Formats: sequence, C-alpha cells, structure tokens
Amino acid sequence: MIRVTNRHFSFDWITIIIFMLLVGFGWLNIVSSSHVGETLDYLDFSQPYGKQLIFIGLTIGLIIIILSIEAKFYERFASVIYIISMLSLVGLFIFGKNVNGATSWYGIGGMTFQPSEFAKAATALAIAKYVSDLQTDIRRFPDQIRTFIIILVPAFLILLQNDAGSTIVYGAFFFVLYREGLPQIYLTLAVSVVSIAILSLKFGPIVTSIIGVIIIFTRYFLSKKKPIIFQPILITIIVIAMSASVHFFYDNVLQAHQKDRISLWLKLEKDPTKIAEMRRDILYNLYESEKAISSGGFRGRGFMEGTRTTGKFVPEQHTDYIFSTVGEEWGFIGSSLVIILFVLLMLRVLHLAELQKSQFSRIYGYAVAAILFFHFMINIGMVMGLIPTIGIPLPFFSYGGSGLWGFTILLFIFIKLDSNRINEW
Amino acid sequence: MRQFLLFFTIITVGFVFISRLFYLQVYSSPANNLYDDNAIRKVYDYPKRGFVYDRNGTLLVSNQSSYDVMVIPREVKPLDTIEFCNLLKIDKAQFIKTYKKAYHYSPRLPYVFVSHLSKEDYAVLQEKMRKYEGFYIQKRSLRHYEASIGANVLGDIGEVNNANIKKDPYYKMGDLIGKQGVELSYEDVLRGKKGIKFIQKNRFNKNIGPYKEGKFDTLPIPGKDIKISIDAKLQAYGEQLMQHKHGGIIAIEPSTGEILAMISAPTYDPNSLVGRKRSQNFTKLYNDSISKPTYDRSLLAQYPPGSPFKVLNALIGLQEGVVTTEDKFTCNHGYSYGNRKMGCHGHPSPLSMNMGIYESCNSYFANVYRRIIEKYDTPYEGMNVWNKHVSSFGLGNYLGYDLKIGSPGRIPSGDFYDKWYGKNRWRTTFTLSNAIGQGEIEATPIQLANMVAAIANRGYFYTPHIIKSIEGQEIDANFTTPKHTTIDKENFEPVVQGMFDVYNKGTAANLQVKGIEICGKTGTAENFTKIDGVKTQLTDHSIFVAFAPKDNPKIAIAVFVENGYWGSRFAGRIATLMIEKYLTGTITRTDLEKMDFKS
Repeated sequence: MIRVTNRHFSFDWITIIIFMLLVGFGWLNIVSSSHVGETLDYLDFSQPYGKQLIFIGLTIGLIIIILSIEAKFYERFASVIYIISMLSLVGLFIFGKNVNGATSWYGIGGMTFQPSEFAKAATALAIAKYVSDLQTDIRRFPDQIRTFIIILVPAFLILLQNDAGSTIVYGAFFFVLYREGLPQIYLTLAVSVVSIAILSLKFGPIVTSIIGVIIIFTRYFLSKKKPIIFQPILITIIVIAMSASVHFFYDNVLQAHQKDRISLWLKLEKDPTKIAEMRRDILYNLYESEKAISSGGFRGRGFMEGTRTTGKFVPEQHTDYIFSTVGEEWGFIGSSLVIILFVLLMLRVLHLAELQKSQFSRIYGYAVAAILFFHFMINIGMVMGLIPTIGIPLPFFSYGGSGLWGFTILLFIFIKLDSNRINEW
Repeated sequence: MRQFLLFFTIITVGFVFISRLFYLQVYSSPANNLYDDNAIRKVYDYPKRGFVYDRNGTLLVSNQSSYDVMVIPREVKPLDTIEFCNLLKIDKAQFIKTYKKAYHYSPRLPYVFVSHLSKEDYAVLQEKMRKYEGFYIQKRSLRHYEASIGANVLGDIGEVNNANIKKDPYYKMGDLIGKQGVELSYEDVLRGKKGIKFIQKNRFNKNIGPYKEGKFDTLPIPGKDIKISIDAKLQAYGEQLMQHKHGGIIAIEPSTGEILAMISAPTYDPNSLVGRKRSQNFTKLYNDSISKPTYDRSLLAQYPPGSPFKVLNALIGLQEGVVTTEDKFTCNHGYSYGNRKMGCHGHPSPLSMNMGIYESCNSYFANVYRRIIEKYDTPYEGMNVWNKHVSSFGLGNYLGYDLKIGSPGRIPSGDFYDKWYGKNRWRTTFTLSNAIGQGEIEATPIQLANMVAAIANRGYFYTPHIIKSIEGQEIDANFTTPKHTTIDKENFEPVVQGMFDVYNKGTAANLQVKGIEICGKTGTAENFTKIDGVKTQLTDHSIFVAFAPKDNPKIAIAVFVENGYWGSRFAGRIATLMIEKYLTGTITRTDLEKMDFKS
C-alpha cells in the first residue's frame, strides 16, 4: 500500500520545476517577440503567443496522460511506437505540406503537425529497447550496425524532407552508445573526421596531411605493443585521401547556403566585398540577433521594452531566435539564468539516468539528456554566432506546438520511468 | 570514465555560452542611448528661428516658407512626365538624371527632387500633386532678409558641417546653423531648441508607433527674437555711400558701445544666400578675389591708421607730462633727424598742440613722440610705457566684440623691436613712424572707431557690441562694464578741442555741417605693396575718424576707403554725411552726397 501512495509523489520534482520555469519564461519571451501593435491581449488566440498558451494548456493534459500510463508500457511498446513514428515520417512524402522549403508538416485543418519532433522520443525508446536487450552487445559489430540503422532511418527520412538541422540532432545518440560501451575507435573516428574536415577547409589538404602523419606516427612509436608497420601506413593513406576529398565534398555535395554558412564561420572567404555581401544576405539574422543580445547589456531592457524585439528586427525571433529576445530584454542576468537552468536540467537528467536500475531507463535517460543538449548547443550557439546557422528550436522555449509536445513527451516519459525505479528489483 | 563525457561536455558548453554572453552583453555592449539606437527613429520638430530687429524695432530678418518636392523612388508609379516637368519647370533630361540619383541614394528613402519652389509654383503644383504617386511636397523654413542691407552684419544660415556636429551633438545632419554674422554669434538664442519624437521602427524601416507612448518626446522651444544695435537707416545710407568703393565704416554709440552701423564695401544682397541658389552664389562671392565681398573690411582689414593715431600721441604726451598744450615746435616742411627727414605739408610754424592736431603736422608729433620715449632711460622701457597707454584704447589685440571674426591689429612694444633689430640695437628714431600712425602700427576700422569712442567719452569705452537686447534675457555683462584708458580725463579736453578745430579751420574745414559740432581727424595711410619683389607705392588709403556732438557725443565713427587718396577726400566726406544722417535724419550737405552717389 505504501508503494501505491508513494507512486504519485515520487516524480522528480526538481526536473519538473525547471521544466515549468523554462516553459513559462519561454512563453513570456514569445509574447514579447511576437506581439504587434499597441494593445496586448494575452488571450488573443490568433497571435503566436495566444496559440502557444493553448499548446501549453494542452501540454498539461499530455503530461497527465504520460504519467498515468504504466512505465512498463513504454518499454514493451517501444518498437511499435518507433514503427508508427517512422511511418508518419514516410507519410510526409505523400501528404506532407511544404513550409519554408522543408516538407516536414502535416496540415490538419488550420493546424500543422511536425512528426519529426516526435520521432526523436520514438527513436530514443527504440534505441533503449534494442541496446538494453539481453541479446544485444554493443561491442559486437553486427549489433552496432543494427543500432546505427535504428538511428539512421529517421535521420535519413528527415534529411530527405530537407530539414538538415533536425538530422544533425540524431548525432546525439553517439553519446548514448558511447556510454553503453561503443568501442573507443568510434570516438576517435568521429573526432578525426570532424578535425580533418575543418582543418582541410581552413588550411588545405597538405597541412592537414602533415599534421595527421605526425600524430599517427607519434602514437605508433609511443605505444608499447606495436602493431605491424602496415597499420599506421594504411591510416595515413586514408587520412590523406579524406583531406584531399573534403574540398570535393564541400564543393559538390553541400548546398550553396550551407557552404556560405561554413565559409563565413571558418572565415574561408577572403574577398571583403564578397564577405560583406554574404553577411548581408545569409548572416542578416545572425547580425540582428547578436545586436539584439548586445543591446540588452547587463540588466536587459525589461519585458516588452526591447526596441529591436519590438521592431521585429530579428527574423524568426519567436521560433529559432527566441534566445535573442531573452538577451535583449533580460540582459546578461536573464540569459545566464536560462543557460544555467538548461545545464541544471540536463545534468539532473544525466544524474537520474545513472541512478536507474534498469538499463532501458538509463539508456533512455541518457538519450533525453543528449538530445536536449544537442538542441541547446546548436540553437544558442547559432543565435550567439558561435556555430554556423542551423535552424532547430530551443527546447521548451521556441514557439510551436509540435516542438513543445515532442520535448514534453521526451522528458516526461523519462520522469515516469524514473518514478518507477523503486519498483524495479 | 565513459559516463563523464557528456557530463563534462555539457558543463563546458554552458561555460562557453556564459562567457560569450559576457562578451556580447557586458564587455562589448553599446551604451543604451536612445539617440544611438537604430531601432528608434528620431523625428525632429524644428522651432521657429528668432527674428532680428534693428535698434528702432525695424524687422531685419524673418522666416519664409519654402517648399521642396520630395520623391520616394520605390513608390513612384508611371506618370505624365512632360506635364510634371512643366509644373516643376525642369526639362526631361534633368528629371531622369535626378530620378536616377534619388534611386541610387536609396529606393525607399525620401530624396529632395526639386528644392525651394516659389510660392506661385507651389500653389499650382499642390492642386495636382496627388496625381503623382511617390512624390510629395515638404515644407521648410528659410530666412528672409526684409531689407537688402547688412549682409556682413546679419550673416546667413546653412546646413551644418561635420565639424559642427562633432562640436555640438545637438546638431544632426541636415540641420541649419548660423554661418556668419549675427546668425552665428547668437545662434544659441535664435535657434531655440528642437523638439524630438522617438518612434519605434521595424526592420523594414517602417514606423510602428511612438516609443513608450511618447514618454521621452519633447516639444520644440521657439527661438528668441533679438534686437541688434544697428540703425537700419544709417546702415542703408552707409552702404549707399560706399557703393563702387572698397573699404569699411564702423559707427559706435560712445555712451554704450553699441555698433550703429557696420559697413563693408563692396557688399552683397543677403537674400542671395537663401535657398536654392545659396551655394552657387556663395561660391561666386567667395571666388571674387578682387572685390572680396565676403571679406568684412570693417572687422578684418588691418591697415596703418595714419594721422588719426596722432591724437593718441598727444594724449600720451600730456599724460606722461612731457609736453604741455602750450609747448611749440617748429616745422620746416618736415622733421629732420640724422640724415633723414620725415616730410610734412605747408602750414604755419611753429605750432602748439591745438594747431599741431588740426594741421596734422608730422613734425609736431615726431617731437612729442621722441619726448615720450626718451623720457625713460632706454627706448625699450619707453616703448613699453607707450605700448601700455596705446593698448588701453583697445588697440593691438582682439577687442572682444560679439561677432566671430576680427583681426588683432598691431601695436609694437620694446620686445617687438628687440626682436626685429636685436636687443638694444635700436634707437627711438628707428620707430619714429609710430608718431604719425605709420610704420609698424596696424589697426582695424572697428578698433579705430572704438578709440574715437574712448576719446569722445574722455577716457573710457564700452566693448563694442552688435546686440542690443534679447527677448527675456540680459546681454553679456562684459558689454555694459566701462573699460578705462590710462589717460586722465582732463588731458582729453585740449585734444578734443584740436579735433574740433580740424573741422573749424583744419584739414576738414570744407566739410562743416551747420548746427553740428563735429570733432574729427583726417588720415592718409600710405599703401605699399610688393610687385614683382619691388616695394611699390600705390594710391594712399583715405581714413577719417570723427565723433559728434563735441559734448555729450552720440556717435563715433571710423571710415576707411581703400585707394581713396587723402583723408578728407572720401573718408571725411562719408563720415560727415553719416554723422549728419544719424543725428538729424536729413542731409543738408547734398553737395557732398552727390559726389559719392556719382562716383
């Protein structure tokens, strides 16, 4: 009996409170950045802030449902949920609606619905289910391949819908698999590929190859148990081939706007007039968003007082660029607080994940933290001009029902799993 | 180990983000100033510029409306170009050229298409304006000069330049500012204070409403009207007398220091520097290197003053006690010293002070000057005493009047000659030209007029000024405080009597006016110039200073006519006419007047 009464109160309230703070504060910033005109009616449901209020209201119902369902359900039906989610992504190719160049929405009546926001939670469940299976050993190559397929199917479907930003988020699963024992070689490989790509673009293939050779052979001669000399030579050839082909990939595979973003980020373009032109065209958002954040200063201009926010200088400010509103109106204090809240939320989830007794819950919790982290890093990094422009929402903050519900489902399934850990002996 | 990878990555990224925030928001954040915020449009509401009246309340400068046709290229719809050009009185080529310029400037910002329409053109155009989309009429305020006089006094206004903006952030691009004359001197009073409206704009540069419901907006404060000390009738008359001549006139009211007339010839119509033709006309005036109409000769021209300066030496001689009014000196067609001689014209000899002044005898003043300097052990010491006396009349330095241009003039001192000849390597006779106002001495007409005012007051003067009163405000206290000379009051009487006798029986006897006791002094300044490296003597400058009446003087005047031969020929005649005009309002010596109107 004690167990039963406890069940309702054993949710992790720290996580829930941080969630509520983020959603509430996010909504205030949506009000500020989407409000137009003299008078302000919070219940004007034709405006984004009014709509978001409905989404938030519906979220409460969603949370109650998620928390009422038996925790075992999520584990048992993980594959079903995953398959339904993948079908909803496939269905987009037939029924999808094109918004801003990406075919990622279903239009139902006046509402739109973005299945990719839910696919993240579904994939997390599927990975947790598959990797925690007693038959699966992530150290074995065939199991690694099957795991990668689970991740790559949604990632590939989303990429085909021309939503490259959301695809990148699936990289978050790397952290999950690494935690669960994915061989070290993958981390080395991932870091090497990214480094080779960046170095080759910035300094050219020759410099990159030289650096590569130095590192490879230093490692070889320093290691006690020397493999045959053939191995480092083979790796060297691969590195040289890769760095030589980076430019080919950059020139022929990437789209023009992606190239421009990378080019500006790595300062590849040297012609000042060309740079100015690119800044004006593709970095306009970034320029305005940095300016808005700067103009907030230490204390910020106050709620609804930001002149750049009021003047709608930052495009997409209530969606992807919502953090610039925080920056302008709440200043360094408010923005730092948001970052701290996010960091606390992610660390809390990570901490809870480590406490899980079931491997399924732990893997899922890890996936939640990693997905939130990717969104957090890419979105805020982009708004502050630290990484190239990649349009994905800030969890709990950005305007949009699908996004809010997607993240709520993602987080609250974990809260439910966590509350159930006492029962799992 | 593996479980900490994400953990540390999260903390690192959080730390990097907060550092970046600190950099953006604290380290490099701009000061939050509404004026610098480009999300806020600042719309200025310009106040009425203050009017300028003369001392008698005659309106000199007022405002007029002017109409500019503005264009916003992006909003222009196809139109009947020929009709439109006819209305604007431009041809089609010009229309296309201006339109292209406007488009190049910005397709969505207003551009001045045709500026300063006349009232008549405006009336016709206004009716038909709505047919031409993208064009509209903007009203502006311009200055209007009621009478075409006193261009050098009144000055003009024009758009601010970068230096103005840098100096005073009140001014923004396109604002108008006083450029010369009274408009410049009393800019702060005349301009008032513009009002400002802060308007929130959006990223398409459109207004979306007042910023914070207009909490920070201000209303314009109109400029104050001012009364200047100029007598419009006297000024106009002076300009008429000076036409076809080069030179300057300054008339001062000795009892107040107020400038009654300030004439520089040749002059120009102040209305020519208003509106559409301003820059074109200004360039024309500015480039006229012979007449130099923009060069104010009454304030800037610095010449050897010649004989009028002699009266100062008489005063200093009396003050230093080296000469009495009865001391007589002989003149043998000049004054010989060493193997040189300073020439003089024919007149009876020997002469006392009175006769020395009215005959303007060079020899007499050479004697007085030598006695002054040689009273002291070294000429250096004597020179400095002499310099102190002369300087107390406002000579040798900027006078401090309320117009922004001037020249310091030059009064030599002991140091001056030490520098010139070497320490103690000069004697009094080296500087003898100072006795008769030639040589190293230089003064501007306004300095001479002020010197005469000090003599007329018998020992003090008020710093000359152009301002008479400002609406609801006191004028600078400096202008109402008397400045005393180093000469005692009783020493002035014999000198004043001498100047009176200049008109009675001296060099200006032919200029007497019945019923007015004028005291004056003629002057002829030799005019040397270097032509191809050779010192050449050109036609002398004609100089005359005077004040009237002898007792309780109302006007002190200095007239200077370039290349006017001798003192009484041009300058004396003009000074006399000016005095009569000012004191009586009419002219009895029409015979004199005719000569000037003709020449």
